[in-house]
Amino acid sequence: MNTPIFELTGVGKVFAHRQTTLENVSLVVGAGEQIAFIGSNGAGKTTLFRVLNLTFRPTSGTLRFEGADVANCRRTDLRRLRRRIGMIYQQQNLVGWLRVVHNVLAGHLGRWSTAKALWSLVRPQEVESAVEALARVGLSDKLYARTDTLSGGQQQRVAVARLLVQDPDVILADEPVSSVDPSLAEGIVRLLVDASRTDGKTLLTNLHSVDLALRFFPRIVAIRQGRVFFDLAPEKVTAEMLGMLYAGASADDTAPLAYERALSVAGALPPSRHP
Amino acid sequence: MSDVRRTYLFWIALSGAVGLSLWKADVRMNDLFAPDARSQMAAMVRSMFPPELAPSFLRSMITPTAETLQISVMGMAVAIAIGFPLSLLATATITWSGILHERYSSSSRGVGFVPYAVARSFLSILRSIPEVVWGLMFVRAVGLGPFAGVLAIGVAYGGMLGKVYSEILEGVNLRPAETLQASGASRLAVVTYGMLPAALPALASYTLYRWECAIRASAILGFVGAGGLGQQIELSLRMFNFHEVATLLLILWGFVFAVETLSAMVRRSLAR
Repeated sequence: MNTPIFELTGVGKVFAHRQTTLENVSLVVGAGEQIAFIGSNGAGKTTLFRVLNLTFRPTSGTLRFEGADVANCRRTDLRRLRRRIGMIYQQQNLVGWLRVVHNVLAGHLGRWSTAKALWSLVRPQEVESAVEALARVGLSDKLYARTDTLSGGQQQRVAVARLLVQDPDVILADEPVSSVDPSLAEGIVRLLVDASRTDGKTLLTNLHSVDLALRFFPRIVAIRQGRVFFDLAPEKVTAEMLGMLYAGASADDTAPLAYERALSVAGALPPSRHP
Repeated sequence: MSDVRRTYLFWIALSGAVGLSLWKADVRMNDLFAPDARSQMAAMVRSMFPPELAPSFLRSMITPTAETLQISVMGMAVAIAIGFPLSLLATATITWSGILHERYSSSSRGVGFVPYAVARSFLSILRSIPEVVWGLMFVRAVGLGPFAGVLAIGVAYGGMLGKVYSEILEGVNLRPAETLQASGASRLAVVTYGMLPAALPALASYTLYRWECAIRASAILGFVGAGGLGQQIELSLRMFNFHEVATLLLILWGFVFAVETLSAMVRRSLAR
């Protein structure tokens, strides 16, 4: 087997004056894998992703990227590693005030010199790459539109286009569809899965929708109270497991919804109770 | 301390401060509306009418009016040149704290804190000295005339712009910036792509408001010999020629109104 992309050993993250959000997480992510992370709100999924994309420094344990410990790497090394990791958030990824072309070209920022980056705001550089990426996500006509005039689903596709321009080895998508119309959510997940499959990229996704996770991903990692709760192929995930995953979660108002949805997906509730 | 008690304490302290100031600052509303005071004010306003509109006077005011405009424009240019770079250093989220710095060790963040603290204190020194005092100092340094006014406005307003710019930038949503940094963008690219565009309407609007203040300030600076309309106002005041003063104030009002209109236009086009 090749060197894994990520290797986490006992990773924990404690915020100053705040509670523990990750505790003793050990995980191996092979190159080219597609993994969905599930769990209720506040379980620590987003924190885990921020550790993986080198935004947070773990407070305990080690994180290896392609076999190398990244605990003490310098700023220049950090930039080199970060440009190989692409990120999509739930929303607010993009700068609404900028035109779509600049948001897409921002995918080049890890490679471009600062001077070229600044000049590109005056005269967009390597526009063909943005044109091509927008064509792949079906937004060719929006190249010079102002980003905040686009709908939520279109903005998420612009974020995918930026990811295509960045051309990272790893894609981290943190709740990429939870602020998107449910009818469009599947399309965006499919876009991400296809993009990673055709180009052999590793894809890690946080998903609220257990349904989408089980249908599109060959490996499901459940996070509960900052720990790995289970790590299984989708066909091995049972209704009891999902029940336990979402039960006893915080008093968060979306948790019962997710719980109910999880049960209905697993067949424990009639599908008519789908929210 | 509980939140409720803190809220109580805040309101008690605030009303105490206002009450004390009302008493100590010698606020006597009766004096303002006393018959004597009213007739004095009325006499002064009456003596302003009609404003002096003789063509020869208006012609002679063209140069000082242009000078005031030039002082304010050049003053703002200097102020932006001083304030903008310093504001980037004085923005905590850019230099040392918050999500963009989570990855770094505390010693490495300390390195960013030094320029932050230096920039903050430098800006506060610049703006704690009133522009008239700067004006007096620069009149001594470069002599009477508009250049002293330009420097005075540039330095004092540089301090104000820098402070407010940094506060606007600290209020920007950091999500886009975080995403850009996570894809390997350099710090300057993160700021120009992820933060400045979102802050631009507020930055532009505040800058235009300051320009309006700069036009007024250049009039005040004329009193200490920095040229422009202020010098004319002072001359006319000293000659008790209130008709001329009225005309000069009308010119200033015209400027304020014009900048206001321009500001609304710019904000509209940025919010488009």
